[in-house]
Amino acid sequence: MRTGSLGVAQLVIARDLRLAFRKPSQLLQPLMFFMIVATLFPLTLTPELSRLRDAAPGVLWIGALLSSLLALEFLFREDAQDGTLEQFALSGQALTWMLFAKTCTHWLLTGLPLALSAPIVAVALGVPAGALWSLVAALALGGFALSLIGAISAGLTLGARRGGVLLSLLTLPLAVPILIFGADATQRAITGGEIAAPMYLLAAIAVLGVTLAPLAAAAAVRIGLE
Amino acid sequence: MATWTWFHRFGSPPWVYGFAARWAPWFGAGAALCMIIALYGGLVLAPPDYQQKDAFRIVYIHAPSATLSLAVYSTMAVAAAVGLIWRMKVAHAAAAACAPIGAWFTVATLGTGMLWGKPMWGAYWVWDPRLTSELVLLFLYLGYMGLRAGIEDPQKADKASAVLAIVGAVNVPIIKYSVNWWNSLHQPATNKILGDPDMDWSMVWPLLLMLLAFFLYFGWVLLIRLRAELLRRERNASWIREVLA
Repeated sequence: MRTGSLGVAQLVIARDLRLAFRKPSQLLQPLMFFMIVATLFPLTLTPELSRLRDAAPGVLWIGALLSSLLALEFLFREDAQDGTLEQFALSGQALTWMLFAKTCTHWLLTGLPLALSAPIVAVALGVPAGALWSLVAALALGGFALSLIGAISAGLTLGARRGGVLLSLLTLPLAVPILIFGADATQRAITGGEIAAPMYLLAAIAVLGVTLAPLAAAAAVRIGLE
Repeated sequence: MATWTWFHRFGSPPWVYGFAARWAPWFGAGAALCMIIALYGGLVLAPPDYQQKDAFRIVYIHAPSATLSLAVYSTMAVAAAVGLIWRMKVAHAAAAACAPIGAWFTVATLGTGMLWGKPMWGAYWVWDPRLTSELVLLFLYLGYMGLRAGIEDPQKADKASAVLAIVGAVNVPIIKYSVNWWNSLHQPATNKILGDPDMDWSMVWPLLLMLLAFFLYFGWVLLIRLRAELLRRERNASWIREVLA
Protein backbone atom coordinates (compact mmCIF):
# COMPACT_ATOMS: atom_id res chain seq x y z
CA MET A 1 0.00 0.00 0.00
CA ARG A 2 1.26 3.44 -0.88
CA THR A 3 1.82 5.85 2.00
CA GLY A 4 0.05 9.20 1.67
CA SER A 5 1.91 12.49 1.35
CA LEU A 6 1.39 13.50 4.96
CA GLY A 7 2.48 10.09 6.12
CA VAL A 8 5.66 10.40 4.09
CA ALA A 9 6.41 13.80 5.53
CA GLN A 10 5.85 12.46 9.04
CA LEU A 11 8.20 9.56 8.43
CA VAL A 12 10.91 11.81 7.00
CA ILE A 13 10.61 14.31 9.84
CA ALA A 14 10.57 11.60 12.52
CA ARG A 15 13.62 9.92 10.99
CA ASP A 16 15.64 13.12 10.80
CA LEU A 17 14.70 14.17 14.31
CA ARG A 18 15.65 10.78 15.70
CA LEU A 19 18.97 10.81 13.88
CA ALA A 20 19.69 14.34 15.07
CA PHE A 21 19.02 13.58 18.71
CA ARG A 22 21.33 10.57 18.56
CA LYS A 23 24.15 12.97 17.64
CA PRO A 24 23.50 16.03 19.78
CA SER A 25 26.93 17.54 19.15
CA GLN A 26 25.97 18.15 15.53
CA LEU A 27 22.98 20.14 16.78
CA LEU A 28 24.94 22.19 19.27
CA GLN A 29 27.89 23.06 17.08
CA PRO A 30 26.14 25.68 14.88
CA LEU A 31 24.72 27.28 18.03
CA MET A 32 28.12 27.43 19.68
CA PHE A 33 29.55 28.83 16.48
CA PHE A 34 26.91 31.57 16.49
CA MET A 35 27.76 32.52 20.08
CA ILE A 36 31.50 32.58 19.39
CA VAL A 37 31.10 34.75 16.29
CA ALA A 38 28.97 37.16 18.30
CA THR A 39 31.62 37.27 21.03
CA LEU A 40 34.28 38.27 18.52
CA PHE A 41 32.53 41.54 17.68
CA PRO A 42 32.81 43.22 21.08
CA LEU A 43 36.45 42.11 21.15
CA THR A 44 37.19 43.65 17.78
CA LEU A 45 34.83 46.63 17.67
CA THR A 46 34.28 48.05 21.13
CA PRO A 47 33.02 46.86 24.51
CA GLU A 48 30.74 49.91 24.83
CA LEU A 49 27.11 48.77 24.86
CA SER A 50 25.83 51.92 23.20
CA ARG A 51 28.02 51.38 20.16
CA LEU A 52 27.47 47.63 20.12
CA ARG A 53 23.74 48.26 19.99
CA ASP A 54 24.21 50.01 16.65
CA ALA A 55 26.13 47.04 15.30
CA ALA A 56 23.82 44.43 16.85
CA PRO A 57 21.57 43.77 13.78
CA GLY A 58 24.60 43.12 11.62
CA VAL A 59 26.31 40.96 14.23
CA LEU A 60 23.20 38.87 14.85
CA TRP A 61 22.30 38.35 11.21
CA ILE A 62 25.81 37.68 9.94
CA GLY A 63 26.30 35.26 12.83
CA ALA A 64 23.01 33.54 11.99
CA LEU A 65 23.88 33.37 8.29
CA LEU A 66 27.33 31.88 8.89
CA SER A 67 26.00 29.42 11.39
CA SER A 68 23.24 28.33 9.00
CA LEU A 69 25.86 27.82 6.27
CA LEU A 70 27.78 25.60 8.65
CA ALA A 71 24.66 23.60 9.39
CA LEU A 72 23.78 23.21 5.69
CA GLU A 73 26.71 20.84 5.35
CA PHE A 74 24.72 18.25 7.30
CA LEU A 75 21.50 18.70 5.35
CA PHE A 76 22.09 16.25 2.49
CA ARG A 77 25.70 15.13 2.54
CA GLU A 78 25.48 12.17 4.93
CA ASP A 79 22.22 10.97 3.45
CA ALA A 80 23.74 11.13 -0.01
CA GLN A 81 26.77 9.16 1.11
CA ASP A 82 24.86 6.33 2.78
CA GLY A 83 22.35 6.04 -0.06
CA THR A 84 19.30 7.38 1.77
CA LEU A 85 18.66 10.08 -0.81
CA GLU A 86 18.83 7.46 -3.54
CA GLN A 87 16.14 5.50 -1.74
CA PHE A 88 14.10 8.68 -1.47
CA ALA A 89 14.39 9.24 -5.22
CA LEU A 90 13.47 5.63 -6.01
CA SER A 91 10.64 5.40 -3.48
CA GLY A 92 7.96 6.48 -5.93
CA GLN A 93 7.04 9.36 -3.64
CA ALA A 94 7.51 12.96 -4.75
CA LEU A 95 11.15 13.82 -4.08
CA THR A 96 10.21 17.51 -3.94
CA TRP A 97 7.87 16.88 -1.05
CA MET A 98 10.29 14.65 0.84
CA LEU A 99 13.08 17.20 0.53
CA PHE A 100 10.72 19.92 1.66
CA ALA A 101 9.96 17.86 4.79
CA LYS A 102 13.68 17.36 5.27
CA THR A 103 14.36 21.09 4.91
CA CYS A 104 11.63 21.91 7.44
CA THR A 105 13.20 19.48 9.90
CA HIS A 106 16.55 21.07 9.29
CA TRP A 107 15.06 24.43 10.21
CA LEU A 108 13.47 22.92 13.33
CA LEU A 109 16.87 21.62 14.37
CA THR A 110 19.07 24.59 13.46
CA GLY A 111 17.17 27.77 12.52
CA LEU A 112 14.61 27.64 15.30
CA PRO A 113 17.06 26.89 18.16
CA LEU A 114 19.27 29.67 16.85
CA ALA A 115 16.38 32.14 16.84
CA LEU A 116 15.41 31.07 20.36
CA SER A 117 18.95 31.46 21.69
CA ALA A 118 19.53 34.78 19.95
CA PRO A 119 18.09 36.86 22.83
CA ILE A 120 21.01 35.79 25.05
CA VAL A 121 23.47 37.17 22.52
CA ALA A 122 21.27 40.19 21.84
CA VAL A 123 21.09 41.21 25.50
CA ALA A 124 24.86 40.96 25.69
CA LEU A 125 25.05 43.34 22.75
CA GLY A 126 22.86 45.91 24.49
CA VAL A 127 19.62 45.21 22.62
CA PRO A 128 16.68 46.46 24.73
CA ALA A 129 14.35 43.80 26.17
CA GLY A 130 11.38 45.14 24.21
CA ALA A 131 13.02 44.21 20.92
CA LEU A 132 13.72 40.58 21.78
CA TRP A 133 10.43 39.06 20.63
CA SER A 134 10.66 40.81 17.28
CA LEU A 135 14.22 39.56 16.97
CA VAL A 136 13.18 35.96 17.60
CA ALA A 137 10.35 36.25 15.08
CA ALA A 138 12.55 37.81 12.40
CA LEU A 139 15.34 35.27 12.88
CA ALA A 140 12.91 32.35 12.85
CA LEU A 141 11.28 33.55 9.63
CA GLY A 142 14.55 34.54 7.99
CA GLY A 143 16.15 31.28 9.09
CA PHE A 144 13.36 29.34 7.40
CA ALA A 145 13.96 31.22 4.14
CA LEU A 146 17.70 30.62 4.52
CA SER A 147 17.17 26.89 4.99
CA LEU A 148 15.03 26.76 1.83
CA ILE A 149 17.57 28.62 -0.29
CA GLY A 150 20.40 26.68 1.31
CA ALA A 151 18.72 23.40 0.35
CA ILE A 152 19.20 24.33 -3.31
CA SER A 153 22.92 24.99 -2.92
CA ALA A 154 23.36 21.95 -0.67
CA GLY A 155 21.78 19.85 -3.42
CA LEU A 156 23.89 21.45 -6.13
CA THR A 157 27.17 20.86 -4.31
CA LEU A 158 26.45 17.16 -3.76
CA GLY A 159 28.35 16.34 -6.93
CA ALA A 160 31.30 18.57 -6.05
CA ARG A 161 34.42 17.20 -4.43
CA ARG A 162 34.89 19.86 -1.78
CA GLY A 163 31.50 21.28 -0.90
CA GLY A 164 32.24 23.63 1.98
CA VAL A 165 33.51 26.85 0.46
CA LEU A 166 31.53 26.35 -2.72
CA LEU A 167 28.35 26.02 -0.66
CA SER A 168 28.97 29.45 0.87
CA LEU A 169 29.90 30.95 -2.48
CA LEU A 170 26.58 29.81 -3.96
CA THR A 171 24.38 30.63 -0.98
CA LEU A 172 25.61 34.03 0.13
CA PRO A 173 24.64 36.07 -2.97
CA LEU A 174 21.19 34.44 -2.97
CA ALA A 175 20.80 35.25 0.73
CA VAL A 176 21.36 38.99 0.29
CA PRO A 177 17.64 39.95 0.29
CA ILE A 178 16.97 37.92 3.46
CA LEU A 179 19.90 39.57 5.18
CA ILE A 180 18.76 43.06 4.18
CA PHE A 181 15.16 42.67 5.32
CA GLY A 182 16.07 40.68 8.41
CA ALA A 183 18.67 43.14 9.61
CA ASP A 184 16.29 45.99 8.85
CA ALA A 185 13.53 44.39 10.95
CA THR A 186 15.97 43.99 13.83
CA GLN A 187 17.24 47.53 13.43
CA ARG A 188 13.70 48.89 13.57
CA ALA A 189 12.88 46.76 16.61
CA ILE A 190 15.92 48.12 18.46
CA THR A 191 15.07 51.73 17.70
CA GLY A 192 11.42 51.08 18.59
CA GLY A 193 10.09 51.40 15.05
CA GLU A 194 7.37 49.54 13.19
CA ILE A 195 8.69 46.19 11.93
CA ALA A 196 5.69 45.12 9.85
CA ALA A 197 7.09 46.15 6.45
CA PRO A 198 10.38 44.19 6.55
CA MET A 199 8.60 41.24 8.20
CA TYR A 200 6.07 41.11 5.36
CA LEU A 201 8.91 41.16 2.85
CA LEU A 202 10.73 38.40 4.73
CA ALA A 203 7.51 36.40 4.74
CA ALA A 204 7.10 37.02 1.00
CA ILE A 205 10.58 35.65 0.38
CA ALA A 206 9.83 32.65 2.58
CA VAL A 207 6.59 31.96 0.66
CA LEU A 208 8.41 32.23 -2.64
CA GLY A 209 11.04 29.90 -1.21
CA VAL A 210 8.42 27.35 -0.13
CA THR A 211 6.94 27.47 -3.62
CA LEU A 212 10.07 27.22 -5.74
CA ALA A 213 13.06 26.12 -3.65
CA PRO A 214 11.98 22.47 -3.09
CA LEU A 215 11.52 22.05 -6.85
CA ALA A 216 15.02 23.37 -7.54
CA ALA A 217 16.46 21.36 -4.63
CA ALA A 218 14.87 18.15 -5.94
CA ALA A 219 16.24 18.83 -9.43
CA ALA A 220 19.67 19.50 -7.91
CA VAL A 221 19.62 16.34 -5.78
CA ARG A 222 18.56 14.22 -8.78
CA ILE A 223 21.50 15.59 -10.76
CA GLY A 224 23.83 14.92 -7.85
CA LEU A 225 22.64 11.30 -7.60
CA GLU A 226 23.04 10.47 -11.29
CA MET B 1 7.56 20.37 -39.08
CA ALA B 2 9.82 22.25 -41.41
CA THR B 3 9.73 25.43 -39.39
CA TRP B 4 11.53 23.74 -36.52
CA THR B 5 14.49 22.44 -38.48
CA TRP B 6 16.50 25.58 -37.72
CA PHE B 7 16.10 24.83 -34.04
CA HIS B 8 17.17 21.23 -34.46
CA ARG B 9 20.25 22.23 -36.38
CA PHE B 10 21.40 24.17 -33.33
CA GLY B 11 21.43 20.86 -31.47
CA SER B 12 24.15 19.49 -33.70
CA PRO B 13 27.68 20.36 -32.56
CA PRO B 14 29.33 20.09 -36.02
CA TRP B 15 26.73 22.38 -37.57
CA VAL B 16 27.06 24.93 -34.78
CA TYR B 17 30.84 24.70 -34.99
CA GLY B 18 30.70 25.60 -38.66
CA PHE B 19 28.01 28.22 -38.10
CA ALA B 20 30.13 29.91 -35.44
CA ALA B 21 33.16 29.87 -37.73
CA ARG B 22 31.16 31.54 -40.53
CA TRP B 23 29.53 34.20 -38.40
CA ALA B 24 32.25 35.15 -35.92
CA PRO B 25 34.20 37.40 -38.35
CA TRP B 26 31.04 39.35 -39.24
CA PHE B 27 30.27 39.99 -35.60
CA GLY B 28 33.89 40.97 -34.98
CA ALA B 29 34.02 43.35 -37.92
CA GLY B 30 30.64 44.88 -37.04
CA ALA B 31 31.73 45.37 -33.43
CA ALA B 32 35.00 47.02 -34.48
CA LEU B 33 33.28 49.34 -36.96
CA CYS B 34 30.54 50.41 -34.53
CA MET B 35 33.05 50.85 -31.72
CA ILE B 36 35.35 53.09 -33.75
CA ILE B 37 32.48 55.32 -34.91
CA ALA B 38 30.96 55.42 -31.42
CA LEU B 39 34.31 56.25 -29.83
CA TYR B 40 34.84 59.08 -32.29
CA GLY B 41 31.32 60.33 -31.64
CA GLY B 42 31.67 60.00 -27.89
CA LEU B 43 35.19 61.25 -27.34
CA VAL B 44 35.46 63.89 -30.06
CA LEU B 45 32.10 65.01 -31.40
CA ALA B 46 30.03 65.00 -28.20
CA PRO B 47 30.35 68.21 -26.16
CA PRO B 48 31.67 68.05 -22.59
CA ASP B 49 28.99 67.73 -19.93
CA TYR B 50 28.15 71.07 -18.30
CA GLN B 51 28.69 69.65 -14.82
CA GLN B 52 31.07 66.74 -15.18
CA LYS B 53 33.12 68.15 -18.05
CA ASP B 54 35.05 65.42 -19.85
CA ALA B 55 34.78 62.93 -17.00
CA PHE B 56 31.31 61.90 -18.16
CA ARG B 57 32.80 60.28 -21.26
CA ILE B 58 33.54 57.09 -19.35
CA VAL B 59 29.80 56.46 -19.65
CA TYR B 60 30.48 55.17 -23.17
CA ILE B 61 32.23 52.17 -21.64
CA HIS B 62 30.48 52.00 -18.29
CA ALA B 63 26.82 51.96 -19.32
CA PRO B 64 27.14 49.40 -22.16
CA SER B 65 29.19 47.15 -19.87
CA ALA B 66 26.49 47.36 -17.22
CA THR B 67 23.77 46.51 -19.74
CA LEU B 68 25.77 43.60 -21.08
CA SER B 69 26.58 42.25 -17.63
CA LEU B 70 22.85 41.64 -17.15
CA ALA B 71 22.10 40.69 -20.76
CA VAL B 72 24.81 38.03 -20.68
CA TYR B 73 23.38 36.62 -17.47
CA SER B 74 19.94 36.37 -19.08
CA THR B 75 21.46 34.72 -22.16
CA MET B 76 23.28 32.29 -19.93
CA ALA B 77 20.14 31.45 -17.95
CA VAL B 78 18.07 30.96 -21.14
CA ALA B 79 20.79 28.77 -22.67
CA ALA B 80 21.00 26.79 -19.43
CA ALA B 81 17.21 26.31 -19.37
CA VAL B 82 17.19 25.19 -23.00
CA GLY B 83 19.99 22.75 -22.22
CA LEU B 84 18.16 21.40 -19.21
CA ILE B 85 14.73 21.09 -20.86
CA TRP B 86 15.68 19.80 -24.32
CA ARG B 87 18.93 18.16 -23.22
CA MET B 88 20.88 20.10 -25.81
CA LYS B 89 24.62 19.73 -25.37
CA VAL B 90 25.29 22.83 -27.45
CA ALA B 91 23.10 24.97 -25.21
CA HIS B 92 25.07 23.86 -22.14
CA ALA B 93 28.29 24.67 -23.99
CA ALA B 94 26.90 28.12 -24.82
CA ALA B 95 25.97 28.74 -21.17
CA ALA B 96 29.45 27.71 -20.11
CA ALA B 97 30.92 30.07 -22.70
CA CYS B 98 28.76 32.97 -21.48
CA ALA B 99 29.86 32.93 -17.83
CA PRO B 100 33.43 34.29 -18.10
CA ILE B 101 32.32 36.93 -20.63
CA GLY B 102 29.56 38.13 -18.34
CA ALA B 103 31.88 38.12 -15.35
CA TRP B 104 34.37 40.32 -17.23
CA PHE B 105 31.64 42.74 -18.29
CA THR B 106 30.67 42.96 -14.61
CA VAL B 107 34.28 43.60 -13.63
CA ALA B 108 34.51 46.27 -16.35
CA THR B 109 31.33 47.90 -15.03
CA LEU B 110 32.66 47.95 -11.49
CA GLY B 111 36.11 49.16 -12.57
CA THR B 112 34.84 52.01 -14.73
CA GLY B 113 32.26 52.84 -12.07
CA MET B 114 35.01 53.19 -9.49
CA LEU B 115 37.13 55.35 -11.79
CA TRP B 116 34.10 57.52 -12.45
CA GLY B 117 33.16 57.63 -8.79
CA LYS B 118 36.51 59.08 -7.69
CA PRO B 119 36.10 62.48 -9.40
CA MET B 120 32.29 62.60 -9.00
CA TRP B 121 31.71 61.32 -5.49
CA GLY B 122 35.24 61.78 -4.14
CA ALA B 123 35.60 58.07 -3.40
CA TYR B 124 36.32 54.97 -5.45
CA TRP B 125 33.54 53.08 -3.80
CA VAL B 126 30.26 54.24 -2.33
CA TRP B 127 27.49 51.84 -1.35
CA ASP B 128 25.26 52.96 -4.13
CA PRO B 129 22.48 50.47 -4.94
CA ARG B 130 23.62 50.02 -8.52
CA LEU B 131 27.21 49.35 -7.54
CA THR B 132 26.15 46.99 -4.78
CA SER B 133 23.80 44.90 -6.89
CA GLU B 134 26.44 44.77 -9.62
CA LEU B 135 28.86 43.40 -7.04
CA VAL B 136 26.35 40.73 -6.01
CA LEU B 137 25.93 39.89 -9.71
CA LEU B 138 29.68 39.34 -9.91
CA PHE B 139 29.43 36.95 -6.96
CA LEU B 140 26.64 35.09 -8.78
CA TYR B 141 28.87 34.68 -11.83
CA LEU B 142 31.76 33.53 -9.65
CA GLY B 143 29.52 31.03 -7.88
CA TYR B 144 28.34 29.69 -11.23
CA MET B 145 31.89 29.26 -12.47
CA GLY B 146 32.97 27.82 -9.13
CA LEU B 147 30.23 25.19 -9.25
CA ARG B 148 31.20 24.27 -12.83
CA ALA B 149 34.82 23.93 -11.81
CA GLY B 150 33.98 21.99 -8.66
CA ILE B 151 32.11 19.13 -10.34
CA GLU B 152 34.29 16.74 -12.29
CA ASP B 153 31.71 14.91 -14.40
CA PRO B 154 31.03 17.39 -17.25
CA GLN B 155 27.39 16.39 -17.72
CA LYS B 156 26.65 16.72 -14.02
CA ALA B 157 28.46 20.07 -14.02
CA ASP B 158 26.30 21.21 -16.95
CA LYS B 159 23.04 20.31 -15.30
CA ALA B 160 23.87 21.49 -11.80
CA SER B 161 25.16 24.84 -13.03
CA ALA B 162 22.06 25.16 -15.24
CA VAL B 163 19.84 24.84 -12.16
CA LEU B 164 21.97 27.45 -10.42
CA ALA B 165 21.75 29.83 -13.38
CA ILE B 166 17.95 29.59 -13.36
CA VAL B 167 17.73 30.03 -9.58
CA GLY B 168 20.02 33.04 -9.92
CA ALA B 169 17.86 34.50 -12.69
CA VAL B 170 14.80 34.31 -10.42
CA ASN B 171 16.81 35.96 -7.67
CA VAL B 172 18.41 38.80 -9.62
CA PRO B 173 15.31 41.06 -9.59
CA ILE B 174 14.70 40.30 -5.90
CA ILE B 175 18.28 41.22 -5.06
CA LYS B 176 18.01 44.35 -7.18
CA TYR B 177 14.86 45.56 -5.39
CA SER B 178 16.04 44.64 -1.93
CA VAL B 179 19.30 46.50 -2.48
CA ASN B 180 17.40 49.55 -3.70
CA TRP B 181 15.20 49.39 -0.64
CA TRP B 182 18.15 48.91 1.69
CA ASN B 183 19.88 51.89 0.16
CA SER B 184 16.88 54.20 0.35
CA LEU B 185 16.88 53.54 4.10
CA HIS B 186 20.50 54.28 4.77
CA GLN B 187 21.49 56.82 2.19
CA PRO B 188 18.87 59.50 1.61
CA ALA B 189 20.58 61.29 -1.29
CA THR B 190 20.81 59.00 -4.26
CA ASN B 191 23.50 59.91 -6.73
CA LYS B 192 21.90 60.36 -10.09
CA ILE B 193 24.28 60.62 -12.95
CA LEU B 194 22.76 58.51 -15.64
CA GLY B 195 19.18 59.40 -14.82
CA ASP B 196 19.53 62.70 -16.65
CA PRO B 197 16.60 62.62 -19.06
CA ASP B 198 17.57 65.57 -21.23
CA MET B 199 20.91 64.34 -22.45
CA ASP B 200 21.75 65.94 -25.75
CA TRP B 201 21.28 63.82 -28.86
CA SER B 202 24.94 64.34 -29.78
CA MET B 203 25.78 62.56 -26.52
CA VAL B 204 23.13 59.86 -26.87
CA TRP B 205 23.77 58.45 -30.34
CA PRO B 206 27.35 57.38 -29.60
CA LEU B 207 26.04 55.67 -26.48
CA LEU B 208 23.43 53.71 -28.42
CA LEU B 209 25.94 52.81 -31.10
CA MET B 210 28.40 51.71 -28.45
CA LEU B 211 25.71 49.52 -26.93
CA LEU B 212 25.23 47.87 -30.34
CA ALA B 213 28.99 47.49 -30.62
CA PHE B 214 29.11 45.78 -27.23
CA PHE B 215 26.34 43.37 -28.20
CA LEU B 216 28.16 42.52 -31.42
CA TYR B 217 31.37 42.10 -29.47
CA PHE B 218 29.59 39.76 -27.07
CA GLY B 219 28.30 37.75 -30.04
CA TRP B 220 31.79 37.58 -31.50
CA VAL B 221 33.50 36.43 -28.30
CA LEU B 222 30.65 34.04 -27.54
CA LEU B 223 31.00 32.34 -30.95
CA ILE B 224 34.76 32.01 -30.50
CA ARG B 225 34.41 30.63 -26.98
CA LEU B 226 31.61 28.34 -28.10
CA ARG B 227 33.86 26.84 -30.79
CA ALA B 228 36.62 26.28 -28.25
CA GLU B 229 34.12 24.78 -25.82
CA LEU B 230 32.75 22.43 -28.51
CA LEU B 231 36.26 21.37 -29.52
CA ARG B 232 37.07 20.53 -25.92
CA ARG B 233 33.82 18.70 -25.23
CA GLU B 234 33.67 16.75 -28.49
CA ARG B 235 37.36 15.97 -28.65
CA ASN B 236 36.70 12.25 -29.07
CA ALA B 237 34.02 12.65 -31.75
CA SER B 238 34.76 11.69 -35.31
CA TRP B 239 33.53 14.97 -36.83
CA ILE B 240 36.32 16.83 -35.07
CA ARG B 241 38.89 14.75 -36.91
CA GLU B 242 37.18 15.53 -40.22
CA VAL B 243 36.97 19.26 -39.44
CA LEU B 244 40.56 19.56 -38.33
CA ALA B 245 41.99 17.33 -41.07
